[in-house]
Amino acid sequence: MISIENLSKQYDSAIVVDSVSMAVERNSITVIVGTSGSGKSTLLRMINRLVEPTGGRVLIDGKDTTNEPAHLLRRRIGYAIQGNGLFPHRTVAENIATVPRLLGWDQARQRSRVAELLTVFQLDPAEFAGKFPHQLSGGQQQRVGVARALAAEPELLLMDEPFGALDPIIRAKAQDDLLDIQRRFGTTIVLVTHDMDEAFRLGSRVAVMSRGRLLQYDRPAALLTQPADPFVSQLTGLADRAMRLLSLTTAGQAAVPGTSTGPAIAASASLRDALSELVWRGADSASVIDASGAPSGKLTVAAILALGRPR
Amino acid sequence: MSAQPTRAQRIPATAMRLPRIDPLGALVSVVGAVALLWLPFAVFKPNRVLPGDSHALAQVLPPSATLGCLLVLMLVALTALGVGNAWLRLAAALLGLIAVSAAIAAAGNLLTPPGNKVVRVAPGSGFWVLLLAIGLMATDAITRLRPRPIVRVLMLALFAAIACLALAHGVFDNLSVMREYAVNADRFAHELRRHLALALGSLGAAVVVALPLGIVCHQVPRLRAGILGALNVVQTIPAIALYGILMAPLGALAAAVPLAARLGISGIGAAPALLALFLYSLLPVVANTVAGLARVSPAAVEAARGMGMTRRQTLTGVELVLALPTILTGIRIVLVQNIGLVTIAALIGGGGLGVFVFQGIGQTAIDLVLLGAIPTVALGFTAAVLLDALVETMHRSREP
Repeated sequence: MISIENLSKQYDSAIVVDSVSMAVERNSITVIVGTSGSGKSTLLRMINRLVEPTGGRVLIDGKDTTNEPAHLLRRRIGYAIQGNGLFPHRTVAENIATVPRLLGWDQARQRSRVAELLTVFQLDPAEFAGKFPHQLSGGQQQRVGVARALAAEPELLLMDEPFGALDPIIRAKAQDDLLDIQRRFGTTIVLVTHDMDEAFRLGSRVAVMSRGRLLQYDRPAALLTQPADPFVSQLTGLADRAMRLLSLTTAGQAAVPGTSTGPAIAASASLRDALSELVWRGADSASVIDASGAPSGKLTVAAILALGRPR
Repeated sequence: MSAQPTRAQRIPATAMRLPRIDPLGALVSVVGAVALLWLPFAVFKPNRVLPGDSHALAQVLPPSATLGCLLVLMLVALTALGVGNAWLRLAAALLGLIAVSAAIAAAGNLLTPPGNKVVRVAPGSGFWVLLLAIGLMATDAITRLRPRPIVRVLMLALFAAIACLALAHGVFDNLSVMREYAVNADRFAHELRRHLALALGSLGAAVVVALPLGIVCHQVPRLRAGILGALNVVQTIPAIALYGILMAPLGALAAAVPLAARLGISGIGAAPALLALFLYSLLPVVANTVAGLARVSPAAVEAARGMGMTRRQTLTGVELVLALPTILTGIRIVLVQNIGLVTIAALIGGGGLGVFVFQGIGQTAIDLVLLGAIPTVALGFTAAVLLDALVETMHRSREP
């Protein structure tokens, strides 16, 4: 859907992004991860042309993004940033309706979209629509920021460290919400973060950047099992790579037919959590149960351990 | 009083016997008492330029009125010293202001022989110091009350209405300043209009120029130091010197371009006054525009651009709106500054209330000086209260 072709950005003598090429899959979350100064934000900002590339091009559905004025392009692409960037002088409803208003939607359509999004983000429209951003908690502000980015039903949503300002517990909740939202609307999301845990948790594909170069662009498991560069291993972490790998598979995916007298584990739990539970209980195997509580198979410690290393 | 028993339990007996004294109240009371006892309350002059005889309050008012006035002032002093409730303090201060104003009005009426238009009864230094002390108490009480902006404006309106009503009814007509007013009534209205036109006109022109200049300074950092530096230099030139400096080029312009002369531009008069005030107004507005734009959250600007607002939409819809309280603060500084500075414009024939000030100085008629000075102070005060209220309203609507 989005093809990034040899995209580069150079300021005077400094090359910030160095000939990056990658294809972003439709209806999935792609995470760009890297240390500060790796060029990840610049890469993201070249997709909606907040930064104009000095080389290469970006194609959305085969069309070069430079074919239309930058501000019109940006109205079709959602954009959410760290610290949410809400307009302090506008109400929650006005903030969310920013792009619909720029696109000239009629009032009724704006209002119903705002109410719909507030409900999706678990904010009661009657209570929150008329509030000002400073009257909200950090987590609420962040949700309004994402709701605003989604207001005009963009097919593509760009997010630059959207959860960077949140404390760990609210951040985990915000990440779960984002996964729900993505499934619900099928939005294509490109998200930039420096947090490897976040990248593994959210990304169906992860791009690792360092010093302006794209080192590896792959499924999370592949970053662990087949790192393309020592820096990738360094970034993903060598000490707990087995646990990281286990966290990418759910109990339901790994379960085999059979029954167990061991503890019950939800099919949606990761193998990492399943292993932890088995170690804690001193059991050799667990019974995997589906969302309705019915047993759907079993999982042994040996089977889990086998999945925690490259095959 | 209800708090006393609990406090007594914690404070040693020696300290308990001393009532808590309000420091500002002590200052107000002492200053007021000194003014009453040793400074003249009213001055009686045979005519407008001769020096006069000083009279104490008791010498000008009949004994019963003196006693009443002193009782009221005593009540004011006791309230200032020992009452913590800000509303009561404000009420006492207003009562004091009314008593002192009534006393000076009565002094004018009593000291002036009926039908005599030559003698002058002027408020003495004691009156002014009393007024200042009680005014201080009133402003302090208002500060303690922290009224909402709209309430402050209403207070000002009420105060102005009472003052205007009293003036219109001729309550103070036998006082020297009002005598000067009676003689100069037509000119006063004219010079007041001229004063406001100069102050507001120069401000308006300055805003039209300074706002874009401030925006340019914000967007092109390389120009910032140069523009602000140049305006800073202008600001350091004394007003009188600037009027002098402008005389030559404007005079030359009028001589060379007949149209300019026909528009009223010349080396002296309103043109150099307006130009000088305009130049003085630039720095505060430009500097505050730059500061206001600089403190707009970068995330909000980034989000605006990222969502597809054009540069113009971002500037007018986000940046300027968020910078507005700071810009208005600059405009407030300029307006109050200009209302004062216009006074000097009279020196070069620019008109305004300064005309009375300088004529009064020339004729050693201090009453005429006051006729120019008092309205100038009142105008500046009013402008400050109104714009402060406006700025605070804007801050309140968007910040916790």
